[in-house]
Amino acid sequence: MNKEQIMKRLAVLDFIAVDLQLYLDTHPEDMEAIDKYNSVIKEADMLRMKYEEIIGPLYSFRSSNNGDTFKWIDDPWPWQPSANFEINEEEN
Amino acid sequence: MWIYEKKLEFPIKIKKTDPALAKVIISQFGGPDGELAASLRYISQRFAAVTPESKATLSDIGTEELAHLEMIGTMCRQLTADANIDEIKKAGFDAYYVDHGLGVYPASASGVPFTAAYLQSKGDPITDLYEDMAAEQKARSTYEYLMNLTDDPDVLEPLRFLREREIVHFQRFGEALQNVKAYMDSKRQFVIDKPDYMNGNKSKCMKCR
Repeated sequence: MNKEQIMKRLAVLDFIAVDLQLYLDTHPEDMEAIDKYNSVIKEADMLRMKYEEIIGPLYSFRSSNNGDTFKWIDDPWPWQPSANFEINEEEN
Repeated sequence: MWIYEKKLEFPIKIKKTDPALAKVIISQFGGPDGELAASLRYISQRFAAVTPESKATLSDIGTEELAHLEMIGTMCRQLTADANIDEIKKAGFDAYYVDHGLGVYPASASGVPFTAAYLQSKGDPITDLYEDMAAEQKARSTYEYLMNLTDDPDVLEPLRFLREREIVHFQRFGEALQNVKAYMDSKRQFVIDKPDYMNGNKSKCMKCR
């Protein structure tokens, strides 16, 4: 997976996780949703490790630092266009 | 506490400079039905919530609204970052520019600075959830008006995403309200402390119990 593929896949997985988690807040006994939630979290956690290794740290005090400078401060930040990817219509 | 994640909830990569659009989108940053008001409303109200479902819903939607605030700030920034003085004047962005330059400031489209008067935290879980459902609808309408004002797909995609989130939040708050109503209607037993004279040999000091 290249940088952009990792960013895209993690955005998808994290979105599913956020949406499922909000659903579970008001449906805490829905086992089917809990199973789905667990499988999404598992895949996202693994991909997050790859993201941090290839792209950079996601958290200021949860990520370990690879390198001899503190990578957290490095550009791009989320509001900079280079931190983002374009949505490809065909993939929608 | 809160943990910041260094990425957007939904990608934003705007190619076309358009200060006139930034001038109206800023309303979802610091306007009456904007994301800052939404987040502050829910993360204030949650302290008075009474059921696990509603405590979680207020905490989590309040958190997601901060991610949306970041998206709106990103859109305003990308729409104006490369604007020259001519473009700023032509777009009617000059009034904003005089006070804030190209910085992102929490204000409404008409320039009114953000105020906590946009929201309420009433200490009544049912009252609060009704306000929250109305707030989600007002934000949805605002996103629809914003979508009417642009044809730029780079702007429309994130606006469409944010509009859809308002609908999901409305649904979740509706479920939280039903949950709180069921809790309020459920039979409960109230236990009242015995008066001192019924305590036998125990201390009569109220604070010693």
